[in-house]
Amino acid sequence: MTRQRKQKLFHGLCFFMTTLTVVILAVLLTHVVMEGIEWISFEFLDRFPSRKPHKAGIKSALFGTLWVISLTAFFAVPIGVATAVYLQEYAPKNRIMEWVRINIANLAGMPSIIYGLLGLAIFVRFFGFERSILSGSLTLALLIVPIIIIASEGALKSVPNSLREAAYAMGARKWQVVIFQVLPSALPGIMTGIILAISRSVGETAPLIITGALGYVAFTPESISDPYTVLPVQIYNWAARPQVEFHGLAAAGIVVLLTVLLSMNLLAVIIRNKSQKTRTS
Amino acid sequence: MGSIVATFVMILGLITPASANAAKLSGTVKIDGSSTVFPVTEAVAEEFRTVAPRVRVTVGVSGTGGGFKKFTKGETDINDASRPIKDKEMVLSQKNKIEYLEIAVAYDGISVVVNKANTFVDYLTPQELNKIWKSGSKVKMWKDIRASWPAEEIKLFGPGTDSGTFDYFSEAINGKSGNSRSDYSMSEDDNMLVQGVSGNKFALGYFGYAYYKENKNKLKAIPIKTGSAKPVLPSEKNINNGIYTPLSRPIFIYVNKASLRKPEVMRFVEFYIEKAASLVSEVGYVPLPKEKYLASHKELLKVK
Repeated sequence: MTRQRKQKLFHGLCFFMTTLTVVILAVLLTHVVMEGIEWISFEFLDRFPSRKPHKAGIKSALFGTLWVISLTAFFAVPIGVATAVYLQEYAPKNRIMEWVRINIANLAGMPSIIYGLLGLAIFVRFFGFERSILSGSLTLALLIVPIIIIASEGALKSVPNSLREAAYAMGARKWQVVIFQVLPSALPGIMTGIILAISRSVGETAPLIITGALGYVAFTPESISDPYTVLPVQIYNWAARPQVEFHGLAAAGIVVLLTVLLSMNLLAVIIRNKSQKTRTS
Repeated sequence: MGSIVATFVMILGLITPASANAAKLSGTVKIDGSSTVFPVTEAVAEEFRTVAPRVRVTVGVSGTGGGFKKFTKGETDINDASRPIKDKEMVLSQKNKIEYLEIAVAYDGISVVVNKANTFVDYLTPQELNKIWKSGSKVKMWKDIRASWPAEEIKLFGPGTDSGTFDYFSEAINGKSGNSRSDYSMSEDDNMLVQGVSGNKFALGYFGYAYYKENKNKLKAIPIKTGSAKPVLPSEKNINNGIYTPLSRPIFIYVNKASLRKPEVMRFVEFYIEKAASLVSEVGYVPLPKEKYLASHKELLKVK
């Protein structure tokens, strides 16, 4: 095989794989949207679950998901980013820190059900938070903190050292360097990590069922100690029903879930672009 | 005039004490347990909102066993159960001083189904089902069951081992809960089983009646023949009057007696028994005979 042909072959292979991914995604999405679209309406968003498919809605699950992810982010983001800053900017380079890093990487790959059991033992039982939004959010926060740490550390690492040195040369203290120079430069990467992490937590079902997400809730939460349900649980419930109409509702639920995810991603992209613009201008 | 109104209010109060009070009730009713019973409890909870809008009823889906873990600790008021409580769970409840009431709320008829294109199976006996499903079963071809049936491989579909349907079927057919061959396509999602059987010409599977009822156009139910009786198809009538045996099973709610002291729980359970007959069939299950609901209601009032 000539060099040119190898070159073409490799190019072709990569192109094919990319197309494959996009096509599979497109097929999945059109299938779900086609099945669910007739069920989506304002009423669908504003009604509680019902045994009658035409009266059923997703309000409690939607509100539950919004409560849970907000609280999860509230706990996980500061812990995750601060840990990454410590590990990257402050921690001594020694065996112990190496060991800590390896463990964080392992934690990021742990199956979510294990976090669920941990959450049940610690938050639900030991701290007595019961089966509330608080327990669920804390459990999910545990689940995504390692992901945020790893992504943020990578982003911090890619900030050129010259930037730090320039800041020191101007007489800045370390905390000033980190807060005013390094963190803003790393923000796009950190935001991407946070979004990936939160997106994962939005789709989680197992740890939340264990720590107490419910199947039927006909009210919206009013505080973090309230019982709740979330979108994936509601979707699974409908998908498992024998009646075909409920499968349509499940598809509609998936569309809502995807919309929540996409709008969060969009928000992150906007924040990222804005911060990049202010730094380059 | 005032006294007339007062008398009128009093009479009204005597006639409809429960519903008149129900509107004022508040508090919570915590329910967890079987996903099989969930649709029934969900329907009752939904209707209950119309009479007691301020009571918060929450229903979880941790499974019968998972639900009992919470129930026997006193963490929930009611547990949905697709099988009777096990000895182990009884011991736990005694240890934690939880007294409970078992209330059957509906029947489910486990349906044995084959592909629509299957024309040779006329009926199956419990003995034949046992031959197919027992642990260590040697049945591979249809002709291993009856010599006249084709020499085609039989594709088996059934629920996973965590399911109450699996527990009941293995006990009714193979004599002991959990005794079953394991080399078949398992899924906890009954819709997958429906898909499997409707997509394989030589398939056989079993699952809850509701899933057969919704997919009658894709599947064929097999009549079950016990002894010298005529083969019996799973149908609302046959399950309700008890001739679809041995695969009819009751599904239950377990109520913590201490919780019944809370008026909202008491009213909810009463409402459940009153409305079960009509709501059960709406979600695909079969109501019990009326006397059974009346008997449960009496039991309930004794707790008062």
